[in-house]
Amino acid sequence: MKLSAKHSTLLLLALIIALAPIFFPSAYYFRIGSVVFVNAVAVVGIVILTGYAGQISLGHAGFSGIGGYACALAPVHLGLHPALAAVLGAVVSGVMAYLVGRPILRLKGYYLAVASLGFGILVSMVLANETAITGGPDGIKVADLGLRTLLADAGVPLTNAQFWYAFSGICLLIGSWLALNLHDSPTGRALRALHGSEIAARTVGVDVARAKVTAFVISAVYASVAGSLIALQNRMITPDVAGYMHSIEMVTMAVLGGAGSVLGAILGATILTLLPQALTVFQQYEQIMLGLVMMLVMIFMREGLLPSLTALVRGRGE
Amino acid sequence: MSLLAVEGLGIRFGGLHAVKDVGFSLKAGEIVSVIGPNGAGKTTLFNMISGVYTPGSGRVLLEGEDVTGLDPYLLARRGLSRTFQNLQIFQAMTVLENVMSGFHLRERGPVLADLFALPGSRRRSREAEEGARRLLARVGLERAAEREAGALSYGALKRLEIARALALEPKILLLDEPAAGCNAVETEEIDHLIAEVAAEGTAILLVEHDMKMVMRISNHIVVLDHGEKIAEGDPAAVSRDPRVIEAYLGAQAQESTHAHG
Amino acid sequence: MTELLQFLLSGITVGAVYALVALGFTIIYNASDVVNFAQGEFVMLGGMITVFAYKAGLPIPVAALFAILLTAAIGVAFNRVAIETARGAPVVSLIIITIGASIFIQGVAQVVFGKELHRLPSFSGDDPIRILEATILPQSFWVIGGAMVVFVGLWLFFTRTLLGRAVLATSNNRVAAQLVGINTGFVMTLSFGLSAGIGALAGVLITPITLTSYQVGIALALKGFAGAMLGGMGNPKGALIGGLMLGLLESVTAGYLSSQYKDAVAFVVILAVLFAMPQGLFGRKATERV
Repeated sequence: MKLSAKHSTLLLLALIIALAPIFFPSAYYFRIGSVVFVNAVAVVGIVILTGYAGQISLGHAGFSGIGGYACALAPVHLGLHPALAAVLGAVVSGVMAYLVGRPILRLKGYYLAVASLGFGILVSMVLANETAITGGPDGIKVADLGLRTLLADAGVPLTNAQFWYAFSGICLLIGSWLALNLHDSPTGRALRALHGSEIAARTVGVDVARAKVTAFVISAVYASVAGSLIALQNRMITPDVAGYMHSIEMVTMAVLGGAGSVLGAILGATILTLLPQALTVFQQYEQIMLGLVMMLVMIFMREGLLPSLTALVRGRGE
Repeated sequence: MSLLAVEGLGIRFGGLHAVKDVGFSLKAGEIVSVIGPNGAGKTTLFNMISGVYTPGSGRVLLEGEDVTGLDPYLLARRGLSRTFQNLQIFQAMTVLENVMSGFHLRERGPVLADLFALPGSRRRSREAEEGARRLLARVGLERAAEREAGALSYGALKRLEIARALALEPKILLLDEPAAGCNAVETEEIDHLIAEVAAEGTAILLVEHDMKMVMRISNHIVVLDHGEKIAEGDPAAVSRDPRVIEAYLGAQAQESTHAHG
Repeated sequence: MTELLQFLLSGITVGAVYALVALGFTIIYNASDVVNFAQGEFVMLGGMITVFAYKAGLPIPVAALFAILLTAAIGVAFNRVAIETARGAPVVSLIIITIGASIFIQGVAQVVFGKELHRLPSFSGDDPIRILEATILPQSFWVIGGAMVVFVGLWLFFTRTLLGRAVLATSNNRVAAQLVGINTGFVMTLSFGLSAGIGALAGVLITPITLTSYQVGIALALKGFAGAMLGGMGNPKGALIGGLMLGLLESVTAGYLSSQYKDAVAFVVILAVLFAMPQGLFGRKATERV
């Protein structure tokens, strides 16, 4: 039986996640790998918003902040298990996205970008200033998820780095599976239709404002989950997670690899996560590189790396 | 009762009357054409009827119900569908997906079912795909189904847009220059297709420059000039109407002075 | 009363800077429909280049002029290299290009100018002037006066000169402007140069009060943008009033509510404007063409 594009993408992703550790020179790479996967989870959410629906958000880190601080605060103040706290964070993020998005997504063009930017910065300001609750700019400690101990009791002992590599890898697979399902579903077609031509989408009966809110809410939940994963993995969280630069990084990762494709976005997340690691010597040039990459890719490869390269290879093949 | 009725419709752009006090009506299975020189306000009229522009004055009635200024997606739910003069294709989607999107109103369901690819979601997608393939066959594009829509020729895109509009199974179909840029063979195919769709009971409102085609397939013709209705009637009557001849000849005369000047 | 007057005076000073940044946004937006997120970097460059030219021995007026011209040239180059090349790209791409430029310019500034704060002496000394019971720095008069000169100058330019009218015509309808023989490419160049130059001037004027560093640009861009939104995107009068109102709101908030959340005002304003009146105070409603 021939594999569908969806299944071959997932299989490829699963194989890479499972086999990459063979080539790891040191245990530190598990840690880097898990950072890549967590970033990729957030970026897959951006794929749904930007790649499918053609909307841009410059404040998605705000939702990561909500997800992250939910894991820090809900166990302490509400007595919730950290896993349930992450779910609570996702629900709060979704509701916030709905409330912010509903009035604004009726407008066109750059309005969502601006509104989301304002929203994201407000979240990071509250997190940094409400020191009594959030611990302020220095951040706050996060409870243990507890799953690693359970696994060890069940006879699967993993180091902390190995556990988070596997756990965030599985989260990425689930996130990708959902995004790929959506792509070829009625909702996904409606989102991509409004990306292609908003006016034509309306004439085939798509409630455009509602479709945009749907994409905004789903992608906010992805960002929130990524924020929760960061908090649980590091056992602490700082307001930086909600910062403007983090929002920009998410969007850049998505468009660098190719916002339209899940695999491309994961590639973008990988490159932009690894690049600073590889360039630690040139740390002061990091911003220059990031800015240059953003401009060059958008000017010369509007579709992003993966689609542009695929087109190039296909062009050669014919 | 008429399916679509337009009463006293008008709109101004920056003080200029683009369309003024236009009225006519359409019955099921009827083909009505709107003709007139360039800039007569035909596309603007279409945009008002289909909810893209909000009319400044007048009413649009769908089966007797006032739908003036409703958003296009709400009109789509009431059975009005359209194509565009300057194609509005979903370029990055495949030809098949373009037509499947026309099934949106029938295939949409809970978002969670779509995210988790639940059986209900997959069944709705499958039904839309079957319907879309039938429509592609009908417009002669079945072999291009898997291609990216952006790669198609102009004439093929015109037919793709018609297929997408037909996917809504509209009661009223607005076609804005469906044969523009098509060769003689393609024009004839579109010609047949329109007649066929009308024969099935759909009311068709047509804007078209190909006069031979208009005269051949229209039951009724509305003539616009400078945003106003100057004549209407059956093809034979309209083609004899001195005001129509003057409007067209006047425009031609102007064009030729331009060319010489 | 004294307190309020004091807040109003400082509010008008920062408001004048926001108004200039908002005006820069407006000019580029009108000429090209691009929302230039790198606008704040022009302000940073203006202040920063002046500081270094002054340190190198140039007198302040010469250093300032040099900074404004160099920044204008950078604006023009940015338009040529990035914006013109990406003509026709979707809004998402254009936004990312200008954000990329903003991050790039910041990165370069960090390497060239260093990470520390830089100061510039006031143009007319630091002795506060008393107005009723409140005080104001002489430099504030420079800021407010500079903003007034720019707004009046531009108003004359747009209403009284042929070139200014050509720019306005281009912003109303690009294709029509081309048809009547306006060189729209030149209008774009002019708009970017003008906008960058105005931003740089704002940077020159405010640096003696606020100091400057490589990362002041983002906050200024966002606040100038909030001012432009409040006034109504695309309207120079709106930019002036929106910028001033934002400055006043900020200083009153800092004075009476919380200095921590002073910076939040701009974003609350952005959200409030979008929720309640997306066209802003003086914005125009656009009709979409199909």
